[in-house]
Amino acid sequence: MSVFWLCIIVLAIAVVGFVFGRQRALASAGGNSGYLHSLPNYYGWNVFMKVIVPAFGLMAIWLIAQPLVIQNSISGMIPESEIKEGSNIGLVMADVRRTAEGLDNAVAAGAIDEEMVQNARADITDITARLKDAGQVVTSTITRPILRAAQAYRSMTSSANLIMTILVLAVALIAALVASLQSNKAYRARNVVEQGILALLIAAASVAILTTIGIVLSLIFNTVEFFKLYPAIDFFALLEWAPSFSGRGGSSALGILPLLWGTIYISIVALLVAVPIGLFAAIYLSEYATPRVRGIAKPMLEILAGIPTIVYGLFALLTIGPMLVSVFGQDGLGWMGGGRSVMTAGIAMGIMLIPFVSSLSDDIINAVPQSMRDGSYGLGATQSETIRQVVLPAALPGIVGAILLAASRAIGETMIVVMGAGAAARLSLNPFDAMTTVTAKIVSQLTGDSDFASPEALVAFALGITLFVLTLGLNVFALYIVRKYREQYE
Amino acid sequence: MNDMSRVERAVDSKETKIAARKVQVYYGDNHAIKDVDVEIEDKTVTAFIGPSGCGKSTFLRCLNRMNDTIDICRVEGDILLDGEDIYDKRVDPVQLRAKVGMVFQKPNPFPKSIYDNVAYGPRIHGLARNKAELDEIVEKSLRRGAIWDEVKDRLDAPGTGLSGGQQQRLCIARAVATEPEVLLMDEPCSALDPIATAQVEELIDDLRQRYSVVIVTHSMQQAARVSQKTAFFHLGNLVEFGETGQIFTNPEDPRTESYITGRIG
Amino acid sequence: MTDASLPKGGAKPHLSSLTEPDARTKSRNAAEKRFRAYGVIAIGTGILCLLVLLFAIISNGIGAFQQTFIEVPVYLDPAKLDKKGERNIEDIKKVSTFGYNPLIQKAVLEQVEKAGIDTPLTKPKDMKAMISASAAGQIRSMVIENPDLIGETVDVRFLASSRVDGYLKDRVKREHLARDKNIDAEHLDVVDGLLEAGVVKKTFNPAFIFGADASESRAEQAGLGVSMIGSFFMMLVVLFLALPIGVAASIYLEEFAPKNRFTDLIEVNISNLAAVPSIVFGILGLAVFIQFIHLPQSAPLVGGLVLTLMTLPTIIISTRASLKSVPPSIRDAALGVGASKMQSVFHHVLPLAAPGILTGTIIGLAQALGETAPLLLIGMVGYIASNAPDGIASGLLDPNSAMPAQIYEWAKRADPAYYERAWGGIIILLVFLVTMNTVAVILRRRFERRW
Repeated sequence: MSVFWLCIIVLAIAVVGFVFGRQRALASAGGNSGYLHSLPNYYGWNVFMKVIVPAFGLMAIWLIAQPLVIQNSISGMIPESEIKEGSNIGLVMADVRRTAEGLDNAVAAGAIDEEMVQNARADITDITARLKDAGQVVTSTITRPILRAAQAYRSMTSSANLIMTILVLAVALIAALVASLQSNKAYRARNVVEQGILALLIAAASVAILTTIGIVLSLIFNTVEFFKLYPAIDFFALLEWAPSFSGRGGSSALGILPLLWGTIYISIVALLVAVPIGLFAAIYLSEYATPRVRGIAKPMLEILAGIPTIVYGLFALLTIGPMLVSVFGQDGLGWMGGGRSVMTAGIAMGIMLIPFVSSLSDDIINAVPQSMRDGSYGLGATQSETIRQVVLPAALPGIVGAILLAASRAIGETMIVVMGAGAAARLSLNPFDAMTTVTAKIVSQLTGDSDFASPEALVAFALGITLFVLTLGLNVFALYIVRKYREQYE
Repeated sequence: MNDMSRVERAVDSKETKIAARKVQVYYGDNHAIKDVDVEIEDKTVTAFIGPSGCGKSTFLRCLNRMNDTIDICRVEGDILLDGEDIYDKRVDPVQLRAKVGMVFQKPNPFPKSIYDNVAYGPRIHGLARNKAELDEIVEKSLRRGAIWDEVKDRLDAPGTGLSGGQQQRLCIARAVATEPEVLLMDEPCSALDPIATAQVEELIDDLRQRYSVVIVTHSMQQAARVSQKTAFFHLGNLVEFGETGQIFTNPEDPRTESYITGRIG
Repeated sequence: MTDASLPKGGAKPHLSSLTEPDARTKSRNAAEKRFRAYGVIAIGTGILCLLVLLFAIISNGIGAFQQTFIEVPVYLDPAKLDKKGERNIEDIKKVSTFGYNPLIQKAVLEQVEKAGIDTPLTKPKDMKAMISASAAGQIRSMVIENPDLIGETVDVRFLASSRVDGYLKDRVKREHLARDKNIDAEHLDVVDGLLEAGVVKKTFNPAFIFGADASESRAEQAGLGVSMIGSFFMMLVVLFLALPIGVAASIYLEEFAPKNRFTDLIEVNISNLAAVPSIVFGILGLAVFIQFIHLPQSAPLVGGLVLTLMTLPTIIISTRASLKSVPPSIRDAALGVGASKMQSVFHHVLPLAAPGILTGTIIGLAQALGETAPLLLIGMVGYIASNAPDGIASGLLDPNSAMPAQIYEWAKRADPAYYERAWGGIIILLVFLVTMNTVAVILRRRFERRW
């Protein structure tokens, strides 16, 4: 039975339980709902909840645990000899799974009959050929141990599915029965249901924690894998980034420093564009602009923030790049080789960050108390003197925080650098050179053809964890500064 | 310092410093100040009293055009400082405010060192030619603000770290550092405790030697203690203006009497 | 006041008349003006950037909505299409697109001759460079659908090749032809002639909006439609997961959470997740959903899950703000008549906060709709989205692309004809985003309540 139908049946049991529980409660009160502790529907929901939660909970745990358990027992069946040079057990297991799925699909399509699949001494070439005929993708040639593992995998999966179905249905039915029996007029159904809802709310709130845990674990596990295959010291200290394209060779040089340099260089260019423009715009909007000008200019600047980064990427690639080339390229000053460069990506990213800097700074400047300005005007200072010598120094911590937040944005930005910055890792000072960044390499290492278990792909996780730590650190620090600043004026 | 002119002025010290005629102030549609005429004398402490919301602070802020910073505020009528209309188009409010300094209700030291707080005005107005002169001005101002002895050892400490009373005296020192001719004080003691209030009041009495001081206060006792002239405002009107002693002992207007006897407030 | 009367240093510039600014005041006022000007310049630059960006998008992208078509009568020769003459559908299906090409080429050549264009291109094969490779397929499926057409002459409108299209749109220039292997000057002369004769036409092309992506060599055929469906299914997932989870989490944090370590932990997590680079969510999706749970690659379901996790903080933050704006008196009133805390929240607070929650959700969805980076890692790029899904399950689970991923894919392709389509795709994407944001603004204006 498929998971889908199992869900439907459990739901149906729950609905029946709802009706039954509600009626039982009403009956215990002689049909007058006024004698009940809670509204009749709460008795129904009580049953419904008590059916759904254990049944679906069991199912979820089973579905997550089942592949892991089966995988463990199957991988014991695969002899060492099957694991080829440079491969690992994970890849072989992937083959087993693919074969098993292929068999399933082939059976469903009628290309092979069940008996033949289960036959331990089946002819491998025949099965392979039939699988191919049935349109099932068979990556490598199927060997006998793999076929045997696949057969075992199939039978274990199907029996496990059967057991799960029986268990889930049993749990649902028992729960429905027990919960319905609880329904009588003194039972505090509402309190129980509300406890359940509260648990649900807490679970929803915990998704944020789960997400963080998921991110951290997936980064750490794969990074550890990477450092098993590639020395950590090289990763952090090597001045060269040159992954080999052959895949499993050990000839790759995977040093993060050139990527970090590109990331930082582009971020600096972006901040050099965004900070002066954003800051002065914020000053003008909060100190000088009439409400009308503010009402027009502020939303217009904020449109820039709502534009997806893919648009800035395209703008960098197809507009800013050619524009820069026409001035700094071979026909002009000769500083620029191609359209992609640190400047190209930096300028586009700077434009993207203008509203970010300006709206954060605007908030922060507005938080400086008016009494501070009055004090300065009262001494005969002009508005600009007041801003430069009183407001900005007072707002400085907040503005530094805003700039750090913008920097963290710039470091984590992907699309603009993927499209505008180039692909070659380079340690250069020329802002018109093409360079690449941590984010761009994460994309290229994980979307390329290299095998997922190779250091060339796994390095992306090490890059990812670096990026995560970097942006998180900047953020926590920036938020801390901003919060301290806000407290000062509250 | 121009000692010559000081002496000359001291002879006819009761000359009019600020003259206001038919002043109207509007906040949007709200007519906040109606037809106020008042003459503020030099080297005198003038107190503005009245119930809250009567317009006394608004009127005070007109005297150095602080109301310019509020968009919806509109001022009509004439206010003359030494015979010159301060609302004349050619008048630069920045120059005006250097002449007419202001101390605010809540102490508002800048988030800078004590020294920089006091030096701020002299710096922007270019009153000192070198560091030594600036040091001198700062010390003199802090002494006039009666706070020098408390802060002389920590001029580099932030002004915001002082106690409330000290902060307010620092703000007064900051205001006198620009050598104003008139000092406006908007309820300078309302945020202070009684001891700090006494210190500031003493200071105000000292300041009278050199400046014309206008003080807005909600405390009648304070007005009686520090001022020579008192103006009573009620609902945007200047009800009565005269010698402080006379206002408090023998008011002409029944509204003034009601206020000082505590019937309206 | 004269300087002579100054005993020493302490200048007192402000004893002069108020109406005559002294030199220092003048220079200070000049500095004031300069400072103000910096502000105006900054805002001007920002707005200029916006205008340049919009101009670049519209001027480069608007062309993608028009396409060059060739309209000719094609004789569906029975000798070629159904040699046995039995009109047996199986026989007809056996004729591949190669069988149709000569018919089309001949039809075009006839038009060239009819228009009296003087050209060295006299063989049907010479016409090939002007005709989209999709034309044969288009006519073949027309014939298979209606075999009775064989033997007749039908008026057919099919796509011109992307070079012809580029020529009409000024992208392909005569001076660059020497480097172009796909088309010659003679072809362009013919196109000029056919244009006059009304055979070649540039008209609105709905297939760009609703059609499927095409292979790299058929830029003229590529459309955004299928990836739009992919985006739609992702948004569906985001809406159905992020909204309930986000609202539930916000209700807990705002209304029920006690002040303790656990609550603090959640709060810190949410504010930090809002700032985690989107690419990291892509890594999460790849490692957890694809590598660990074995969900299919390139599936909108996975994309939707990743975007859900990414948008959750946005939705939670805005939902909490709107819950916070409901005054406590409402809660007290409900509790006062004997409602439980849960009832007061669900019956009174939540409905009052609904417009704000909706606005925040729409803005979160708009953000998710434009997001590209995480989709790259879960394989929604590099895939030719050629088949529209035929149901909800296949919509969620079959490989597909998404609008921004499709745009990125086009921008990566070598043929400059795809750049125009990328810009055009951005116009469509922005139309969606502008619509969503406008709806959000209208909702906020309409239902905003001031307590």
